[in-house]
Amino acid sequence: MNEFRLSVEPFSGESLRALLADPACGGFVSFEGWVRDHNEGQRVSALEYEAFAPLARREGERILIEAQERFGVRHALCVHRIGALKLGELAVYVAVSAAHRDEAFRACRYIIDEVKHRVPIWKKEHYVNGDSGWVNCERCAAAVAAAPGIAASSASHRHGHDH
Amino acid sequence: MSAPLQGLVLAGGHSRRMARDKAGLEYAGRSQLARAMALLAPLVPKSFVSVRSDQLVDPERARYPCIADLQPDLGPISGIHAALHADPDCAWLVLACDLPFLDSATLQHLIAERAPEKIATAFLSDFDGKPEPVCAIYEPAARAAVDAWIASGQRCPRALLGQSEVKLLQARSGGTLANINTSEEYLQARAQLAPPRATAAARRVRVQYFAILREQAGRAEEALETSAQTALELYEELRVRHGLKLAPEQLRVAINEEFGEWSQPLASGDTIVFLPPVAGG
Repeated sequence: MNEFRLSVEPFSGESLRALLADPACGGFVSFEGWVRDHNEGQRVSALEYEAFAPLARREGERILIEAQERFGVRHALCVHRIGALKLGELAVYVAVSAAHRDEAFRACRYIIDEVKHRVPIWKKEHYVNGDSGWVNCERCAAAVAAAPGIAASSASHRHGHDH
Repeated sequence: MSAPLQGLVLAGGHSRRMARDKAGLEYAGRSQLARAMALLAPLVPKSFVSVRSDQLVDPERARYPCIADLQPDLGPISGIHAALHADPDCAWLVLACDLPFLDSATLQHLIAERAPEKIATAFLSDFDGKPEPVCAIYEPAARAAVDAWIASGQRCPRALLGQSEVKLLQARSGGTLANINTSEEYLQARAQLAPPRATAAARRVRVQYFAILREQAGRAEEALETSAQTALELYEELRVRHGLKLAPEQLRVAINEEFGEWSQPLASGDTIVFLPPVAGG
């Protein structure tokens, strides 16, 4: 299987794990990203995710295919929550199964890294102090305002929130 | 043998009903005066612009040879009078500069039907059935008639042609002699004369906004007409309109649900999404 999903409803990794089962696979690796209560020195109270769904699915599936081709894993699944999330909720789930553990670890890492940087999904953090901000956007806007001659490169967007 | 023919474009009016200079009005990117001069160029060896003496320095007119009125403020007959005196051996193909629909075929028909033994050759207006004095050929013999007409206190060249020895031609179809006097008539004529490219350049597109751009634009989507040729031009247009704070360098663009290039030409029906820096996971 090879599937990228967006989910407006809460879901659990356990409910999805069986989709990766395969007698030819000796290794299964999954990653869960949870809503954390702090980010970059700010106390976070809640998150919102928003996606450009058609392109998010398309780009997400491209990433899964790349992972299968690069690492030879047999199955890959990624589900991303959208909408309003509370602290501790599951935000993103990645799971792969493969003949051996090494390709499964590497593919899982590849998928979550690429999803964070390429899939059109945006995250708004709500802070305990009442502020809120779009991750990777507010700071870029401020940086450009401060130094208008400097074009932000795509690499500079590879900062920010790590689970 | 007929007298040599020269062109004369009447551009000495006050354009009072238009409240701006008619000669400078543009159709399809060219001024009326330039259009009229260009129509005449292949048909006659030389053309002049008829002006009031205070217009001799106007740059729009001064790029062409000009003939200044001798009898000011008599209306179009001033220009015809001045030309007939400037070169008494010539016949004059006289055009108003406010005939945006006039075409070369109409002028060629007028020249082909010219009757040098009359004082003038003119079309009958399809508007009122009277002679049209400002798209007509005046022979050298018209000079005495015009002089006498002015001396008798008259001005209207249409009335002069109506009672003179004039060859009258049936008006050509298609309203090519329609003139324009008001801003409304100008806007209608300009729209009719706009090249097809100008209308094709307006594209109807849909724009969707997400995340920080949705909040800055105050909307999730909109349908709009734009003359922007590329996604980048469209973003710059919308950036100004909605006060968007992100520079295009910070964004990617999606066209019809796929990543696109900023330089990609837009087509009508396209759906464009400007993608702020993403932050999944």
